[in-house]
Amino acid sequence: MLNFADSKLEQIMQEEQEDILEQITNSDYKYGFVTDIEADEAPMGLTEDTVKFISAKKNEPSWMLEYRLKAFRHWQTMETPEWANLTFPAINYQDIIYYSAPKQKVAPNSLDEIDPELRKTFEKLGISLDEQKRISGIAVDAVIDSVSVATTFREELSKVGVIFCSMSDAIQEHPDLIKKHLGSVVPATDNYFTALNAAVFSDGSFCYIPKGVRCPMELSTYFRINAANTGQFERTLIVAEEGSYVSYLEGCTAPMRDENQLHAAVVEIVAMEKAEVKYSTVQNWYPGDKEGKGGIYNFVTKRGICAGNHSKISWTQVETGSSITWKYPSVILKGDYSIGEFYSVAVTNNYQQADTGTKMVHLGKNTRSRIVSKGISAGKSQNSYRGLVSVAKNASDARNFSQCDSLLLGDKCGAHTFPYIEVKNNTAMVEHEATTSKIGEDQIFYCNQRGIDTETAVALIINGFAKEVMNQLPMEFAVEAQKLLAISLEGSVG
Amino acid sequence: MDVKTILQDTFTASSSAHSGLSAFQQESWTNFSNWGLPALKHEEWRYTRIRNLFTDKLIAGQHQLPTKETISSYMLPGLESSNSIIFVNGYFVPELSHIQDDESSLIIKSLDTASKDEDAPFVKQNLGHSARYHTDGINALNGAFAAGGVYMRVKKGKSLTAPVAIYHFSDSSNGLRFSQPRVLVNIEAGAQATVVEHYINLGSGDTLTNEVLEICTSQDAVLYYIKIQDEGNASSHTGTTHIRQLAKSLTHAVTITLSGKVVRNNLNMVMEAEHGESHMYGLYLLEGETLADNHTIVDNAMPHCYSNELYKGIMDGHSTGVFNGKIFVRKDAQKTNAYQSNKNILIGSNSAANTKPQLEIFADDVKCSHGCTIGKLDEDALFYLRARGISIENAQALLLHAFAMDILDQIKDEHVRAFADQLISKRLLFTI
Amino acid sequence: MLKIENLQARIEEKEILKGINLEIKPGEVHAIMGPNGSGKSTLASVLAGREAYEVTGGSVDFLGKDLLELSPEDRAKEGLFLAFQYPVEIPGVSTTNFIKTAVNEKRKYQGLDPLDAAQFLRTMKEKMKLVQIDQSLLSRSLNEGFSGGEKKRNEIFQMAMLEPKLAILDETDSGLDIDALRIVANGVNELRSANNAFLVVTHYQRLLDYIVPDFVHVLYNGRIVRSGTKELALELEEKGYDFIKAEVEKETV
Repeated sequence: MLNFADSKLEQIMQEEQEDILEQITNSDYKYGFVTDIEADEAPMGLTEDTVKFISAKKNEPSWMLEYRLKAFRHWQTMETPEWANLTFPAINYQDIIYYSAPKQKVAPNSLDEIDPELRKTFEKLGISLDEQKRISGIAVDAVIDSVSVATTFREELSKVGVIFCSMSDAIQEHPDLIKKHLGSVVPATDNYFTALNAAVFSDGSFCYIPKGVRCPMELSTYFRINAANTGQFERTLIVAEEGSYVSYLEGCTAPMRDENQLHAAVVEIVAMEKAEVKYSTVQNWYPGDKEGKGGIYNFVTKRGICAGNHSKISWTQVETGSSITWKYPSVILKGDYSIGEFYSVAVTNNYQQADTGTKMVHLGKNTRSRIVSKGISAGKSQNSYRGLVSVAKNASDARNFSQCDSLLLGDKCGAHTFPYIEVKNNTAMVEHEATTSKIGEDQIFYCNQRGIDTETAVALIINGFAKEVMNQLPMEFAVEAQKLLAISLEGSVG
Repeated sequence: MDVKTILQDTFTASSSAHSGLSAFQQESWTNFSNWGLPALKHEEWRYTRIRNLFTDKLIAGQHQLPTKETISSYMLPGLESSNSIIFVNGYFVPELSHIQDDESSLIIKSLDTASKDEDAPFVKQNLGHSARYHTDGINALNGAFAAGGVYMRVKKGKSLTAPVAIYHFSDSSNGLRFSQPRVLVNIEAGAQATVVEHYINLGSGDTLTNEVLEICTSQDAVLYYIKIQDEGNASSHTGTTHIRQLAKSLTHAVTITLSGKVVRNNLNMVMEAEHGESHMYGLYLLEGETLADNHTIVDNAMPHCYSNELYKGIMDGHSTGVFNGKIFVRKDAQKTNAYQSNKNILIGSNSAANTKPQLEIFADDVKCSHGCTIGKLDEDALFYLRARGISIENAQALLLHAFAMDILDQIKDEHVRAFADQLISKRLLFTI
Repeated sequence: MLKIENLQARIEEKEILKGINLEIKPGEVHAIMGPNGSGKSTLASVLAGREAYEVTGGSVDFLGKDLLELSPEDRAKEGLFLAFQYPVEIPGVSTTNFIKTAVNEKRKYQGLDPLDAAQFLRTMKEKMKLVQIDQSLLSRSLNEGFSGGEKKRNEIFQMAMLEPKLAILDETDSGLDIDALRIVANGVNELRSANNAFLVVTHYQRLLDYIVPDFVHVLYNGRIVRSGTKELALELEEKGYDFIKAEVEKETV
């Protein structure tokens, strides 16, 4: 639970907790519905023509098409990475539809013109696209399948100079910013999935915070895969100029389908001098059923660069979904005195597999990084932490602290820790600690003795275990994340 | 001639169809031929380049033996009359070796002999077990030359009166000497033994030693194993010490690395029985251009085992310390307690440390932890000593010695400990 | 309220309880005393339902129900409370949140609506005074980093919040200084009523100076070998357990 000085607030939070615990017993993946929306799709398969098709659909300038084609040609020379602790059948990249857009009669000029079916979809997910109804003051970019369908609060944000729009719009409206920053942190050639993404990404969010501006509200992107057989390849770019601040949230869901669906996203963050970016994710893609059938393959590259001195990038993730997760949100600490943080809770149940962690690359002087990773494995799942802390030769007085804890529920799952620590400077201080254990029987008995049943006790203990990470989330997200934790472990203790 | 041909010729010359080892050697050679030498892209070798150590200047095969006097002058102080196994250029030399303990306690003979006499079943069953853990050409290459190795058995219920010291002499006076010693040790039920390994370069040229030592312990056996590496910075080493607990037993290993060009130690503890206990300690105290890489594996296959591991490194000059520790807890190994810690101090402004502690856990009722640190000397402690009037050089030496003591104290044999302490103390005052 | 007949239990292969008989009526305070290893804490654990102990014989009736058939949480919800000798630490779970969960679980079991935040807070404030427990302690993680005295006070505080019918205090006095002991005892005395009962397990007589028992039983080698009033405790204090041991051995010879 969140820690508030105000006891009344804590009480309210406990009420929420109460609801959460009740849900444990009767919840399944509740975002698994399919919306019946007519879609505009690319033909199945991937060739240069597919790339050209996507680019043409989006009416892109020629430099963008060139960028894509270059990436595509490079991708063809690459091989799927196999170093992660994951097992899954080879993906047939010709069996995927690379572009699917909900068909709109006309392009919406305002939020009022959005297809009511789409609007309903998002309402069902708890996301209102109606600005008047929003009380929490979060601007949303809603992405369904391949395209952004709505971005709220654009006008209000533009008053302070903040640009928040879909990537497609950004390519048309802010080509200079895109040309300058796209691929600057995650080059297309970085790895197999970034090359694929660069070639076929269809949309995503772009966010630009000008010098000295503190973004007046939380920004968020909500991703939804809807159509069958499609892959989702979105691209997010956040640029925070000198002295600016933004907190960014990302959520995602998908329908329950028997086939696996591929999601290969790229997120890039640039933080200039004294800028701060906080990026939070609650990843809840469909994890597959109890027999391991279906679910999203989630291959994501997220990387930020602390380009300026005294800048800060903080990643927080709660990973409960996807049948396969391959994801290492990283920070390149280039500026002196810059700070990188990674807070993660990864839950795997049934046949889920997660290989996730971070990279903290210390290049500047007096840089700091902190890693807190909490892995929870249940069912027949495999949960791996993989992280790199590297201190370059000139990164004097760098500091890192990492804490990786794993909790096991049941004797058929696995928990693995693969930290890489590479230090080339003799003034650095790096500390790594990791533990693996199961939920203590004495803890459960203590709860039982106070009248709390075992399932509730487990939920309590797990929320306690994950608390340090949950505390990093904005409050609204924290509540949702807690529910997810409990739900995804439903039935795993008995 | 290229390396491959040199090795091929040596292999052909040294293998004999009459040995009980020929099938094993042939299989190892085939594996080596298929796998080749590991490259940096091999995950287990990402920090350690060894391909360039194998040059066409490499001299393999046995040559002239040193005199008994030369051998004596390198004996560990206090262990001069102890059991000793002498290897010269990777070949066991019985006539220079010495068995102090009674034959009713200790048997030492060539591996080739053991493969043909009453120990043949044991040899057949256990020789080469380490290859399952190292599917790289290095381990296989040693296997191809196993005929020059030694076999040692400590008999049931016997405690040796003195340690068994294994001395590896490499004669580099004619150029880059390549040695491949092979050792197979059988500690029978209730027996207790201490095995010490030490390495000596007899020339001024480079040496390269590729060793495989395999040890099996039976019910209630106790094994103390110490490896001291201070062969000089012209020597490189790739070695595997593979210890299997066939039944509930206690194994305890200390590895101390003080010099070398490229040093790679694999230490495996395979816990094949319930209630086994293993301890692994290591100290790498490096300077110059030395790269020392310690890879350890604790493989818990059965329930109720305990393992504890502590490796410490001090890197000066341009040296690099690498630690890679793996703890496996397999599905049936419930109630495993496994602890691992790696601590490094970087002294030299061009020194580096790479560490990769790993846990791979498939059982739920376990307590496992690992921790590692890379840092510098505690500045508060340093200041405290200086405020008491101790020079910064001495204060540093004092703190580093204290840091190293945790490992040194783990050496149970007092003569071996004193020898190691003397090397470490000399080094710390010398470099600082 | 509680009727124990010929209760026998073991842990792994070791017989610990060898036939306990004990009846507790509403309004009574019983003390169980005995030397180390006599089975005192085992009795407490068996009554609370700890799974490591296997009941091999006998019966326990609690308010008309077969206690041994109930899960630990149902025993708690029926009104049985165990103040642990070693309260368990649960990192990250705030004490307040924990107690709220427990209180409302019990209310649900009783068919009552859960307490809302304000009601709960009011009750909590009231009960906090009883054991002089600090608000700041309650917002910390459950028992984590608490001193010995804080842990024991927290146990009594939870007891006050859960209002059990029967409270078992397992060596609640161990590790407490005299001031903390007094606070804990005062809390217990405040909660005593004609409708509830207490079973105080202790090694020393001093706790009984503060929580005055109606009956005292001496447990030795898995059996109750003496029962009496509070004077028995004083006698024990004076003569020590060896005197009981000697007497019992004399009888069995």
